[in-house]
Amino acid sequence: MPEPKYLLFLGCVIPYRLSNYEISARKVLGKLGVELVEMPEYNCCGYPMDAVNHDLMLSLAARNLCFAEKQNLSILALCNGCFCSLNETNKMLKEDKKLREEVNTHLKEVGLEFKGTVEVKHLVHVLAEDVGFEKIKNAVTNPLINLSVAQHSGCHIARPVKYVGHGEDPENPTLLKNLIRLTGAECLDYMDEVQCCGNPIIGLNEEVPFQMAKEKLEHIRNVKAQALITVCPFCHMMFDMNQPRIERAFNEKFGLPVLHYPQLLGLAMGFSPQELGLDELRVKPQQLLTQT
Amino acid sequence: MTETQEKVAAVIKAEEMNPKFKYEMSKLHGAEKLMMCFQCGTCTADCPISKFSDFYRPRRIARMVQLGLKDRLLSDEALWLCTSCFTCVDHCPQGVEIAGIVRVLRNLTIKEKGVIPLVHKELASNILKGGFVYEFPESRHKKRAEQGLPPLPKANLQDIAKIFEVTGSAKLLENVKAIEKVKS
Repeated sequence: MPEPKYLLFLGCVIPYRLSNYEISARKVLGKLGVELVEMPEYNCCGYPMDAVNHDLMLSLAARNLCFAEKQNLSILALCNGCFCSLNETNKMLKEDKKLREEVNTHLKEVGLEFKGTVEVKHLVHVLAEDVGFEKIKNAVTNPLINLSVAQHSGCHIARPVKYVGHGEDPENPTLLKNLIRLTGAECLDYMDEVQCCGNPIIGLNEEVPFQMAKEKLEHIRNVKAQALITVCPFCHMMFDMNQPRIERAFNEKFGLPVLHYPQLLGLAMGFSPQELGLDELRVKPQQLLTQT
Repeated sequence: MTETQEKVAAVIKAEEMNPKFKYEMSKLHGAEKLMMCFQCGTCTADCPISKFSDFYRPRRIARMVQLGLKDRLLSDEALWLCTSCFTCVDHCPQGVEIAGIVRVLRNLTIKEKGVIPLVHKELASNILKGGFVYEFPESRHKKRAEQGLPPLPKANLQDIAKIFEVTGSAKLLENVKAIEKVKS
């Protein structure tokens, strides 16, 4: 089988705020034989503009898809939001001829045409389906057998189920759990695991997202997880960057390190915490690192 | 306003109902199945926002659309509390895409009422300025280079402006009133 090759779609928030997610993903994917090609050009995936104008979201997403089609390469997204808008737009335009014609009328103005020749995958799909569990297991040289963690895979790699697919059950998502278990760490179940992080509305209202995140942090604390593992920059910001603010707002202390999945896998593959950018996390994982 | 007056204001008057609204809405992408809603309430029961907000109720939104209460809907700031988690979409026994209906109502609020959340206005303006929802200062590009990361590609701003223009988005963002915070 040829080595998997993807166009890496970074989106906006990862290069702006969470380069440690990018750094660790590049390290881990490189060692697992996934070739990453840089997007020659791209713009915002479109997701944040859906609330403003649906046509704008579709056209911005489709513009990115056209660049991938020109390279004849499928897209690997690290962000759930990017995956959601690119994958949904890709599938909608492939299935709905009328919608495709409408969007292509807009794209024609910038010399592009959506043809529907590539796929969009999230990091977890590439790891589970292209690399495969066997290869990941064999790459683990430092199994994290003393660690018990919890996962929050986020809404948009499971919902809406009719567009996402990949066999994931949004009521009981197992993709990330199984990937975590390959590192040797235990992945604990907790209450309301599939509840949204709340981040998408934080620019307009902090009360609701803070209550949602606090509830989740409590449920994770109840099962005594030593860390939370995410695969979306927005979920990560909600639980890591905002954790001190949530602690202050509710007079609580969680101190729960939140790692991007490739950081956890990277540790199990023998990379150093520095190589994986663990020092950039807001909640410092020092205590956790003594267990690895 | 006294409590009694508040109750009176909540009463729906026949002249407020626009019977055509549901047909107009169901032509829009995402809201096609709104007539299928039979008010079971699964969406509200399973909505993580409804759990913590006193105002956001997806079932009520679906019913208000069916009743044609367009003005009330388009002036209801609670519409902006949906996180688009799509739990309602996956759980609806009738296949109604409630989150899609909410998105259509948001689009209509901006288009017809000229009201937009400040955060969305800023994100849109950043996309026009640089292609991304954040403006990347020079220091950020420098840091990428120091970290050994490849440079970010430059977006073709002319083409992005064209896309805003041909989708009618550029016009939408002119003379809009921005709302900063939404009560929950």
